[in-house]
Amino acid sequence: MNEPVIELRNVSKAYAANTVLRNVNLQVCTGEFLTLLGPSGCGKTTILRLLAGFEKPDSGEIRITGQDMRTLPPEQRHVNTVFQSYALFPHLTVFENVAFGPRLKGFKGAALGERVMDALRMVKLEDFAGRKPGQLSGGQQQRVAIARAVVNQPQVLLLDEPLSALDYKLRKAMQLELKQLQRRLGITFIFVTHDQEEALSMSDRVAVMNAGRIEQFGTPRQIYEAPENLFVARFVGEINNLPGRVVAAAPPRYDIRLHDRVINLRSKYVFGVGDRVNILIRPEDLRIWREDEGSVEERAALFPAAVEEVIYKGSTVDLAIRLDSGELLSTTQFFNEDDQALINLDFREGERVFVDWVHDWETILPHEG
Amino acid sequence: MRIREPFKLVAVGMIGFWLIAFALLPNLLVVIASVLERGSDEFVAFALTLDSYRRLFDPLYLGVLLDSLWLAGATTVLCLLLGYPFAYLLTRMPARWRPALLLLVIIPFWTSSLVRTYAMVIILQTNGWLNQILLGLGLITEPLELLYTEPAVIAGMLYTLLPFMILPLYAVLEKLDRRLIEAARDLGAGRVTIFRRIILPLTLPGIIAGCMLTFLPGLGMFYVADLLGGARTLLVGNLIRDQFLSARDWPFGAAASTLLTGLMLLLLWAYYLSSRRASRGALP
Amino acid sequence: MNLRGAARIAYLILIYGFLYLPILVLIVYSFNDSKYSLEWQGMTWAWYQNLFDDPDLLQVALNSTLIATLSATVATGIGTLAAVALYRYEFFGKPLLQSLIFVLMMTPDIVMGIALLILFVSLSLPLGFWTLLLAHITFNIPFVVVTVLSRISGFDRHLIEAAKDLGATEFQTVRRIVLPLLMPAVAAGWLLSFTLSMDDVMVSFFVTGPTFEILPLKIYSMVRLGVTPEINALCTIMLGVTLLLILIAQLLLHERS
Repeated sequence: MNEPVIELRNVSKAYAANTVLRNVNLQVCTGEFLTLLGPSGCGKTTILRLLAGFEKPDSGEIRITGQDMRTLPPEQRHVNTVFQSYALFPHLTVFENVAFGPRLKGFKGAALGERVMDALRMVKLEDFAGRKPGQLSGGQQQRVAIARAVVNQPQVLLLDEPLSALDYKLRKAMQLELKQLQRRLGITFIFVTHDQEEALSMSDRVAVMNAGRIEQFGTPRQIYEAPENLFVARFVGEINNLPGRVVAAAPPRYDIRLHDRVINLRSKYVFGVGDRVNILIRPEDLRIWREDEGSVEERAALFPAAVEEVIYKGSTVDLAIRLDSGELLSTTQFFNEDDQALINLDFREGERVFVDWVHDWETILPHEG
Repeated sequence: MRIREPFKLVAVGMIGFWLIAFALLPNLLVVIASVLERGSDEFVAFALTLDSYRRLFDPLYLGVLLDSLWLAGATTVLCLLLGYPFAYLLTRMPARWRPALLLLVIIPFWTSSLVRTYAMVIILQTNGWLNQILLGLGLITEPLELLYTEPAVIAGMLYTLLPFMILPLYAVLEKLDRRLIEAARDLGAGRVTIFRRIILPLTLPGIIAGCMLTFLPGLGMFYVADLLGGARTLLVGNLIRDQFLSARDWPFGAAASTLLTGLMLLLLWAYYLSSRRASRGALP
Repeated sequence: MNLRGAARIAYLILIYGFLYLPILVLIVYSFNDSKYSLEWQGMTWAWYQNLFDDPDLLQVALNSTLIATLSATVATGIGTLAAVALYRYEFFGKPLLQSLIFVLMMTPDIVMGIALLILFVSLSLPLGFWTLLLAHITFNIPFVVVTVLSRISGFDRHLIEAAKDLGATEFQTVRRIVLPLLMPAVAAGWLLSFTLSMDDVMVSFFVTGPTFEILPLKIYSMVRLGVTPEINALCTIMLGVTLLLILIAQLLLHERS
């Protein structure tokens, strides 16, 4: 990969007695779409503010294109921010808002006009140049905020939950537009959100954060399919967690006892015999067999359960299933016209079913609380 | 040391300089002048003495002082008695009318005190408005000699200073949380108790502010005493003015002025304490 | 409406009446066609005409207007910057500064007049235009600070961060973003300062000299000699000017943008 455009080394920050960031290390590549994902208070917005220059770290280093940001105030950094509240200047027109940055750099007259209109065209607001922010809808204001930031051709664009005030459909449309914009401009985007679906759909890489630490940093696929701890597994999408114990070890394969069955699974972690483990399975990876399916011998290898709840979601049916051994599992079933059993998905509450999953689609983690 | 924020330095520097040069320094000079001796041809001679303060308590001047305190005090009390109910009633008026009603109080507040005092002269003159009305109504047979009396001075000061009492009272009464009164009622308190133990303590900062804006000017407004009281009534303000302009006894005048300043600081401190108590620890 | 309601309204009207009666009488008699008596003898503009025919008076009025305009402008400049600084920054001595401004506003006029007089005399400054100007600026500043500060507290902090983010220095941010949005309050502050300056008697009394006469002091000396219709007219004009300025200031402060 290319040289990191942004580097955070051992960055810590505290407000009064509250530690917001603990020894955070992060490297962002040029031209990538990176999302900081996490619950409120995890420190993701703080990282953004540190990069923009509105706050200073208590310890550690921040480098942008190799340059130490320690003494550089926000107005001198080649970084621009799209604020959550848009922060458009109410007394200036759309044109003047977008022209604000270029004007400060000395652009005037025709050159300025061209630059500004180009930016407005990119967000499809060229007809609104003469309006004031108060006359625009939320979605339009948001696009002005983006234009105002990108017109300065920053090395890095910081976006602080920019879509959170928009309604669902508009949000989905903007996600696509932002992604396309980023591809076209080639600017590094750092996007903050608490919505994991948004993070997965837009990003090249995702940093999942919790309580001031980065829990996992990887591609959306890695985050979702190979979570490195329970927090990430639970925060990103739904997860089922089954308790197992290692009975035989031949790394990377292990014999794991789950209730009365022993299954041979693989894991990148090293376990010893007797270790307790978490078996994590995504709801869509669970397979449900109905009572009348398959032979008795086949069913003997499965885990018996009863359906507790049926939730119809239009494109899928979610089931809450309780294993005979007591655990409550969540599963998502897709309508499948090739499979007789799955063609209708007309499960009933109380129905007896059998549960299994495709081996090696699960993740095995060391046991955590 | 590189100056990181030149703008901040300039802004703070300007106001800091101005305040120190034209607010802090002059007042310090007054205090210093008050302990110096009166100079023969210069204004002051550089010798320390507490003579001026001693002379303030001379029977001659003490009389003026006490008189002035009485006049200003009476005015303040009257302003409070008239203004408190007025401000309270204002807060009970429908919200639609309040901006207009408030504006009608703000206008006299900003109008020249001299003009308003003069208007009082026209009213109280021997052939003035009040006498004309009373004569016309047949309530009196001869015009009343109202001018150049103490009541005239009090009337003039009351007239001029009433808005200064009303506005701070209104500000604090408006912020009063009605729910506290309801809670007290709910617990069985009568109206007098509610006033004494809830409304009064919570509005105390406003009362003190109003008194500050009424009592202190009341001691100093020499033109009111001039126009309405004549030579017979002297305020501390007249005393100070005479010392500086006619008698040229600057240390003495400065001593009287320092006394006023001391009073002001005392009242400010009382205001600060009361507003801290009233807002339960929040900043005044 | 019940008795209590009626009594309340009556009290309000009484006090309002008390506040406005003398000035209304004053205004009415400024049009009274009678030089000495206060009996109504018809309407006339004669007294106003006399005022405008008096060149001395016009000069004095001009002087006052000049001082008011200059002191309001300088005080608004210093006061607005002070308000912005108090809102934006933390600095050494900030609580002291805030207290000083508050104390300055509360100081009785006579104390301020004396103090400034002593200052000017110790600096051997001749009493006249310049000492008057300095004094007026001084007592105007706190009012501007308070007026602007009360407006500033509703300011969106993110706007300042956005300006910085786009490359503006502190000065550019204040000039292009903060000040334009504060303009109504700044203008109101200017108007209030102008009014205070035009009406000031006591501070001016001590710090001005014979070379530069101003209106309030002129009125004072005229009034000491007795009531005349010309004074009525003059006072009515001053009332009118004050009223106009205060109305505009209130409109500016309460407009919804």
